[in-house]
Amino acid sequence: MAAKNFVVGCFDDEAVLFPAVKKVRAAGYKIHDVYTPFPVHGLDHAMGLRETSLHTAGFIYGITGTTTALSFMSWVFTTDWPLNIGGKPHFPLPAFIPITFELTVLFSAIGMVYTFCYLCQLAPGVKKHVFHPRQTDDKFVMAIEVTGKSNAEEIKSFLASVGAQEINEQRAETGWWYGRFDKDDTLINERVTPLNA
Amino acid sequence: MHLKYESTLREPLVNGVKDYHKVTEDIISPIEAKPGKLWYVGFFISLTLLAFGAFSVTWEVYYGTGVWNLNKTVGWGWDITNFVWWVGIGHAGTLISAILLLFRQGWRTGVNRAAEAMTIFAVMCAGQFPIFHMGRVWMAFFVLPYPNTRGPLWVNFNSPLLWDVFAISTYFTVSLLFWYTGLIPDFATVRDRAKTKLRKLLYGVASFGWTGSTKHWQRHESLSLVLAGLSTPLVLSVHTIVSFDFATSVIPGWHTTIFPPYFVAGAIFSGFAMVNTLLIITRKILHLEDYITIGHLDAMNRVIVLTGSIVGCAYLTELFMAWYSGSQYEFAEFYKYRAAGPLGWSYWIMMTCNVITPQVFWFRKMRRSVMVSFIMSIIVNIGMWFERFVIICTSLYRDYLPSSWVYYRPAWPEVGFYLGTFGLFFTCYFLFAKYFPVIAVAEIKHVLKTSGQNFKEKMTPYEEQDAEKFAHDQAHAH
Repeated sequence: MAAKNFVVGCFDDEAVLFPAVKKVRAAGYKIHDVYTPFPVHGLDHAMGLRETSLHTAGFIYGITGTTTALSFMSWVFTTDWPLNIGGKPHFPLPAFIPITFELTVLFSAIGMVYTFCYLCQLAPGVKKHVFHPRQTDDKFVMAIEVTGKSNAEEIKSFLASVGAQEINEQRAETGWWYGRFDKDDTLINERVTPLNA
Repeated sequence: MHLKYESTLREPLVNGVKDYHKVTEDIISPIEAKPGKLWYVGFFISLTLLAFGAFSVTWEVYYGTGVWNLNKTVGWGWDITNFVWWVGIGHAGTLISAILLLFRQGWRTGVNRAAEAMTIFAVMCAGQFPIFHMGRVWMAFFVLPYPNTRGPLWVNFNSPLLWDVFAISTYFTVSLLFWYTGLIPDFATVRDRAKTKLRKLLYGVASFGWTGSTKHWQRHESLSLVLAGLSTPLVLSVHTIVSFDFATSVIPGWHTTIFPPYFVAGAIFSGFAMVNTLLIITRKILHLEDYITIGHLDAMNRVIVLTGSIVGCAYLTELFMAWYSGSQYEFAEFYKYRAAGPLGWSYWIMMTCNVITPQVFWFRKMRRSVMVSFIMSIIVNIGMWFERFVIICTSLYRDYLPSSWVYYRPAWPEVGFYLGTFGLFFTCYFLFAKYFPVIAVAEIKHVLKTSGQNFKEKMTPYEEQDAEKFAHDQAHAH
């Protein structure tokens, strides 16, 4: 985890945000992230993010569930304790289908949600830097990383030219840490020596 | 200009002049305000019912299931009736959030959060009944296939009752996950605008540190879509499996192949009725009429009349098959002991409430009347309770052996148990309505520009424009 310097621009409307993202990328600035209050379709493509493979993970978890259920029930009824239930076969496949289906869904759902939380680093007690308090309300917040090559003032004026309303500079932690949202964690940022020092 | 929009022929999903911030204000501010007097009254009544239910259940656990009026013939009475009734109600939430998501029904966004909450609470209530019906409830864990010192002797994987264990617990878990992943971004909204420290702390924990990053939204969308895809067959499977509890037995009136679709339709029917009951009250008390519009009620009433008619067809098919099959037991069951006989009154309550009265919803005026919707939602809930009662009890009180024919009426602990689950359900719902965003804020914002009233009105000049002129103008717009 390291703190970095950012220039943050807030947009009021996604219709302004889209061309702005395009222009900022074309100008060669590094968009750290864009924070939006709701999923803006197409923004991920505009930012050049790759498609998520979460659904593939879901499929793999699903088959794991299928296999677990089928193999376990078969093992119990044919090997571990073959029980005569009303003279029915020891391997009654149709009767195994409901539980197999349920476990497929269960494994897939739980696995996907955990994977989602892991990938996005979401958990109770996790804290991340919030660039703008209204980024979960009505603002579309673009954070541009200030690298050694770029100049903060230049980025600021560029953001203003593409329609950003509020523009400021922030030094922020890029990752997550354990923390409480009712307390300011200034220590985290100070642990790392500032870039310009 | 926002080019993606819905035709103005479709009525708006969000009424009034709204922007993103207004949506947040409207939905989140009830969480930040002190609850009204009505809330306290309702919450207190729910808690009282819950306490009475806990007392009734304790009584039953202490003295054994003998305190219920179940007997050798009627082994399933109010308890299983209530179980099926609550599970059925629990179907609407996932239907709205999953199936309607796949069908791209925009109106689901206004009601899905509350409907999913209702699902979770209803399934919690449903689960109590089979568990306490076990009698020795401290051995309830015997239904789990765990390595034990009895052999290990495993559970019977051929039994529909065990399928139920898996179906209900999977359904509960998946619904809960689906609901909570949807809540995370909205909790973050509450957190970021919180003024008090405690609220910031609690919603900070509940929001899992959500920031609204584009990559996270992308994954969130993918997750929601796949969970919807998984929940769709799941919701159908759960009531199918519940119906197997009956259909795989050889009791006349139960042993029919029509049960799975008939039960699923009935479940959706009763679930939508309960959604209507809750949302009509919620929209009024929390002033959310702009988000849960008359159009939403209309859409749900359409589903009610459709599923109610499917259920009606199933009743008639049952009657027809009882005669056509040539089975004298089936015939006696339906014509002598269901439609007539000592419990015949329950059959006719069912018929009236489920098949006849919902037909008023063929009229647009009725579908769009809040009062009619509310009264009908109660009637349908009563009717669907009686459907389960009829299926379970009228099949059992007249079995193959006339010497064991009985009448069945519940004892007070059975009634108390049922009232107790109402207490549980409404206690949870009141807490939900106070502390949770009852409408999916992010989802409403997502559809706002395509189907919000003020945004749609802006499109009227374009709609009135000549198609060729519009195309010409747009070609030069860039």
